[in-house]
Amino acid sequence: MFDFSIVTSWIHTTLTSVMPEGWAVFIECVAIAVWIITIYALLAIALIYMERKVCGFMQCRLGPNRVGKWGCFQVFADVLKMLTKEIFNPKHADQFLYNLAPYLVILASFLTFACIPINKGASILDFNVGVFFLIASSSIGVLGLLLAGWGSNNKYSLIGAMRSGAQIVSYELSAGLSIMTVVVLTGSMSFSDIISYQTNGWLIFKGHIPAVIAFLTYIIAGNAECNRGPFDLPEAESELTAGYHTEYSGMHFGFFYLAEYLNLFIVAAVAATIFLGGWMPLHISGLAGFNAVMDYIPGFIWFFAKAFFVVFLLMWIKWTYPRLRIDQLLSFEWKYLMPLCLANLLLMTIITAFGLHF
Amino acid sequence: MEDIKYIEPASLRDEMLHLRNEKKMDFLRSLIGMDWGVPTEGDAPDSTRGLGVVYFLESTETHERTTVKTSTLDREHPELPTVSDIWKTAKLNEREVFDFFGIVFVGNDDMRRIFLRNDWVGYPMRKDDEPEKENPLRMDNEETVDETTEVELNPDGTIKDKENLVFKDEEYVINIGPQHPSTHGVLRLRVSIEGETIKKIDPVLGYIHRGIEKMNESMTYPQTLSLTDRLDYFAGMQSRHALCMCIEKAMGLEVSDRIQYIRTIMDELQRISSHFVFYACLAMDIGATTPWFFGFRDREKIMDIFEETCGGRLMTHYNVIGGVQYDIHPNFVKRVKEFIPYMRGIIHEYHDLFTDNIIAQNRMKGVGYLSKEDVIAFGATGGTGRGSGWHCDVRKRIPYALYDKVNFKEITYNEGDSFARYMVRMDEIMESLKIIEQLIDNIPEGDFRVKTKPIIKVPEGSYYQAVEASRGEFGVFLESHGDKYPYRLHYRSTGLPLVDILDTACRGLKIADLMTIGGSFDYVIPDIDR
Amino acid sequence: MEITKKPKIKDIPYDEFNDNDSLQKIVRELHEGGSNVAIGVLDDIINWGRGYSLWPLSFATSCCGIEFMALAAARYDMARFGFEVARSSPRQADVILVNGTITNKMAPVLKRLYDEMADPKYVIAIGGCAIAGGPFVKSYHVVKGVDKILPVDVYVPGCPPRPEAFFYGLMQLQRKVKVEKFFGGVNKKEKKEKSEE
Repeated sequence: MFDFSIVTSWIHTTLTSVMPEGWAVFIECVAIAVWIITIYALLAIALIYMERKVCGFMQCRLGPNRVGKWGCFQVFADVLKMLTKEIFNPKHADQFLYNLAPYLVILASFLTFACIPINKGASILDFNVGVFFLIASSSIGVLGLLLAGWGSNNKYSLIGAMRSGAQIVSYELSAGLSIMTVVVLTGSMSFSDIISYQTNGWLIFKGHIPAVIAFLTYIIAGNAECNRGPFDLPEAESELTAGYHTEYSGMHFGFFYLAEYLNLFIVAAVAATIFLGGWMPLHISGLAGFNAVMDYIPGFIWFFAKAFFVVFLLMWIKWTYPRLRIDQLLSFEWKYLMPLCLANLLLMTIITAFGLHF
Repeated sequence: MEDIKYIEPASLRDEMLHLRNEKKMDFLRSLIGMDWGVPTEGDAPDSTRGLGVVYFLESTETHERTTVKTSTLDREHPELPTVSDIWKTAKLNEREVFDFFGIVFVGNDDMRRIFLRNDWVGYPMRKDDEPEKENPLRMDNEETVDETTEVELNPDGTIKDKENLVFKDEEYVINIGPQHPSTHGVLRLRVSIEGETIKKIDPVLGYIHRGIEKMNESMTYPQTLSLTDRLDYFAGMQSRHALCMCIEKAMGLEVSDRIQYIRTIMDELQRISSHFVFYACLAMDIGATTPWFFGFRDREKIMDIFEETCGGRLMTHYNVIGGVQYDIHPNFVKRVKEFIPYMRGIIHEYHDLFTDNIIAQNRMKGVGYLSKEDVIAFGATGGTGRGSGWHCDVRKRIPYALYDKVNFKEITYNEGDSFARYMVRMDEIMESLKIIEQLIDNIPEGDFRVKTKPIIKVPEGSYYQAVEASRGEFGVFLESHGDKYPYRLHYRSTGLPLVDILDTACRGLKIADLMTIGGSFDYVIPDIDR
Repeated sequence: MEITKKPKIKDIPYDEFNDNDSLQKIVRELHEGGSNVAIGVLDDIINWGRGYSLWPLSFATSCCGIEFMALAAARYDMARFGFEVARSSPRQADVILVNGTITNKMAPVLKRLYDEMADPKYVIAIGGCAIAGGPFVKSYHVVKGVDKILPVDVYVPGCPPRPEAFFYGLMQLQRKVKVEKFFGGVNKKEKKEKSEE
């Protein structure tokens, strides 16, 4: 399996041999920042295109197919247009909060994106409380939404932001508890440890019943965190016009739009990492030949394949189901999903303590 | 020809209470304002003059119908007693009469204009009014007027003005519409909310008021037909059918059997197409976008059938006075016969995707309960009324065309919530297929259009004709004074009671429920505003 | 004034200009004004992006709105062009398709929606009622054509126009966008004094 840390250590040694340590680290940080922004933008473009095509095929029609072969340049056209739109400042809006909100949302996405390993040794932030850091930094996004709703000086936006705040704060609990289930099984909060634990089998097979339940609850809670699917009440287009981002245009709106798809990707990537093995190929213990063949396929292909599969699942759910009302949404979380997660956590603890897993 | 009894304004309220309580006339079908002009010398002794109102009443128990009218000669400050406490539907209808004729109803606590702007000068439907001279296009934003005046009768017979407030200062009022994806047109709802709960709804109409009724008074009878297609565009065939039937009834013209068959089949096809749109828009309002595409996909098949015969997809312009515009296309029977089994085979997709979905059921069951008394008091006909157990289908009550000769069920549910209203329309699609099936093979030979004179003049009198349009009872009231233009041509709107009853259905529910309930009522705004 | 030069514009054959006087005028200005190569190429790229990503505002008053909905549905599918993202907030939309009759009561609301949109923005008047009043031209409450209150870019006639006619109108707008001079032409910036009025 190709280990990316070979490349990173080579870069580091080359740089430190020509300049002092501080400068080398600075240049590496700049390179990583450029890398994050590029991959972020490319992933967002791929996801938006995928959504429009998948949604089109599910609704018995073709999606974009005029701009470039099979419409692959459609999203580039959208991005170009968004860059050139006028950016508004409504006169009575709270200027500082109104302008700050999109950047907070993007900041949260970047931070969470940085923790997820794409290949062996290819993760930007890898330390021993990776999971904790992930959950904490994904909570910053809520602030952005609330500020957007308040700062817009618009009754609709305020209602949308209030709904969104209540929803995200509630579903963070279920998402966190599902991840805790996996931490209990693997005994570590670090992402690279979790992945190496899955060398001889993905956690969704190893942890059998509680892992499957945790996977399903994580998918539901993650869906709600991104304001997507049956839980897209805050930006319910057929009710409150456009919810909390009604008053944004141009690149500010572009940030919200991109962040929504990236948050979806992050939820899928985390699910792929902790339940489906991340960059770890499918290994069946006892079949050495099969495992060797699987090892030939590079890690990042495994990672992206799994993440996009989960993204497809989430899109499928969104385009099939109607949306839940706010009180139904909240009662679903507090009365059904969270007790289920707690019970599941207990079950997983018992299984781990008595060694009943594979 | 309608037999209309005249009642003096002073004894109107007693007579109305008698009709309501003893004769059990609980359904006020239509309340129509009239301007019969100023008294002249050559008048017959019993001719009505002045500004007045015509009331069409029906009893839901005995199915007895009666029509009364009243008038006042005062043109400066015309006043008539209100009936809005007897029939709740009268409140918005009296506001409409005030808006167009200037008649103030004593005792109606909300005498604001409803369709025109607050700063409109004059009363357009009066015969001596010139609306365009006094009202150029005003581009400033309309001021929201929250105070309404009520004219009350003091015990000693004098009148006094009272001010009522629609919304108090401390209420949090948000605007939904007029530009909104979900309001099925340009409807503005001012909603007072507390958190997420709705406390009161005040509809503001008139954003698509095109003055059709005033235009009709200067058009010949064949010219008036073209505007009915544009009222409720999903019931174009049925509305035009109603107008043609009314004029034919007035002229005493009999149409051949072939014409009746064709008209009935076209009506039912239009009804199916409209219910598809209902399904599509309700699903989209609740949040599921995929059923929207299903509904529109199958509607295109019906529009293909229309296009082949009538030449138009949405605006078919098919019914004319004395028959239909063109004979049916040779492929018509074959295409309809292909469509029926296709539809029967594919309707399960609709139910699998949306009706059986647990989220959709939770959003619709128990939401927006309307009791049978409510729907009758407001006059909410159509699927809404039948979802609350009221047997209001015009095809069964007052059969027209071939509806007394075909075998079909009138679908009613008793629960009165949004899910019941939804299921009424889904089942009606299957019933319409059954009706078409019984008729399509037996279309007799004959004329597709009866010959009429080049200039159509209708004998003097008042005529009323109702049909079951896709959304409810659509009525046409025609009063003619013998020349080639109608004196007054009024359409009983299917949607006005539905907007009226929105307040009753939504009290105490959430904003998300408002969308569900509005979608399940299925109103179309140009039909309301005319 | 005679056009002596045959301007060569990508995607638009010269013969198609016979129907569009205004497009000819724009092309004439472009060639008289001239623009240097770098800005020209940048203009092209940006106009390509803007032309293929026009987001309509979901605004429908009456019957033409239903044909617009049929356009978005599966058979005609305007998503193929990239138009299906119909935003409901005017700040995020590019083009306002005026579907249906505009009445005197609706006119200030429409103007306000247009003012709220972000530049660069376009208006398409669809159907007889929006072009000149349509069947309701004798009414006392109908604005006789939306070009009395908004600057219209493309007119699509019909009552209601068929979805294919809609597509023709949208494609004309795309051509117009591609011909515009982005740097210095399209964004209309109001002076501060005028906005204080």
